[in-house]
Amino acid sequence: MRAVAVIGIGKTAFGALGERDLRSLAVEAVENALQDAGVSPKQAEAFYLGNFAGPSFVGQNHLAPYVGMAAGFEGIPCTRFEDACASSGSAFFHAWQTVAAGIYDVVVAAGVEKMTSQTTPRVAEILAGAGDMAGEGRAGATFPALFAMIARRHMHEYGTTREQLAAVAVKNHANGAKNPLAHMRKVITLEQALAGKPIAEPLTVYDCSLISDGAAAVVIVPLEQAAWYNSRYAKVLAVVQTSDHVALDEKADITHFPAVKAAGAKAYAMAGVGPNDIEVAELHDCFTIAEIVASEDLGFAAKGEGGPLAASGATAIGGRIPINTSGGLKSKGHPVGATGVGQICDVVTQLRGDAGERQVGKHRIGLTQNLGGSGATCVVTILEAA
Amino acid sequence: MGRDGVVYTETIVHAPPEQYAADAPYQLAIVELDGGGRMTARVLGKTAEERVKIGQRVRFVEERSGVAYYRRDG
Repeated sequence: MRAVAVIGIGKTAFGALGERDLRSLAVEAVENALQDAGVSPKQAEAFYLGNFAGPSFVGQNHLAPYVGMAAGFEGIPCTRFEDACASSGSAFFHAWQTVAAGIYDVVVAAGVEKMTSQTTPRVAEILAGAGDMAGEGRAGATFPALFAMIARRHMHEYGTTREQLAAVAVKNHANGAKNPLAHMRKVITLEQALAGKPIAEPLTVYDCSLISDGAAAVVIVPLEQAAWYNSRYAKVLAVVQTSDHVALDEKADITHFPAVKAAGAKAYAMAGVGPNDIEVAELHDCFTIAEIVASEDLGFAAKGEGGPLAASGATAIGGRIPINTSGGLKSKGHPVGATGVGQICDVVTQLRGDAGERQVGKHRIGLTQNLGGSGATCVVTILEAA
Repeated sequence: MGRDGVVYTETIVHAPPEQYAADAPYQLAIVELDGGGRMTARVLGKTAEERVKIGQRVRFVEERSGVAYYRRDG
């Protein structure tokens, strides 16, 4: 197996981008990544595009060649990956496999979602399709409801508090306010977060990630070729994809995500590092409780200690383990299909030292964790600066 | 009754999907069934006294369109 490197990153701004259509967003991100990599579209050998629900959100199927041809690719395999909110994490994992296996040398992995052309209740209904529609979905479980039930149980078993959940939102908004590409660049107070409109108790609007449009892309090549293109590459030390039950009521213990735990353990073994070696992380905070649970599953805190970790300031920029310096899904935005590759772009930006006022002090090794559904898919990557 | 059980976790949904807009706010629970297994179900009632918490017993009332409805037991 060959070692792999990310040689180019590209993102659009995330937000309610009314006038922009899905294809133009994806093309912009791909063009930015190719330009950053110093690669022409004609050099790309495969294009893997993560997208959760283009057919439902904008009525367009067959997205990968639809985007790929507009981006200037020539006759190469173009395939869409759908694993709910981990769609582009999955696209990246499969792109990595082809380069690691020696099948291709230059592959583009991207993700896109165009969500804001639908009403919020319709978005909730489309997103619910990432759960078990014959069971929990039919009973009326939205994604906020599923994560609210995870939060309730976590609070019951470990004493996690409303204030600890809110601390995640306050921290991520503080970070996102400094990110020029973030959807909601707004600082919020703990009091505001606690007084938010209820969405699914105990979660308020401030515990929920945003409904956003946006796209992200990366270019990967074998590590031994990386420096030919771009001296500011990042090594892919590990990328692991795992799975678990789609329905929340089929999981034995909903206070942790087995798929995250397994992906983390395998990724640490593959990279030859441990949680204490990670200097910056982008975790999938689709809801505040999800960041708390993931911080435990990935070993940044002991089981049940994710809430106190968030409230302690250890996950802020300048803390022991800065989490979601981009603002996370909470503030940066969550165009679901773009999120996994977007996280990789965000960590590579930190590893290059390009994060401006959000830059963390030590930035040699970073981690991303992308979650699909209520934990049915997880992709974890560990990246190292060149 | 195997369909009765204990609340494993719960939430009150204020922002429903489009098709359940008329029901909101409604309580959802994952019920630990006496007969084994868990099920995501609706809890009937709108008042604070009718709402359920983790660990409380619930009684199966009926099934409508494939969804199980429960009521607080005691």
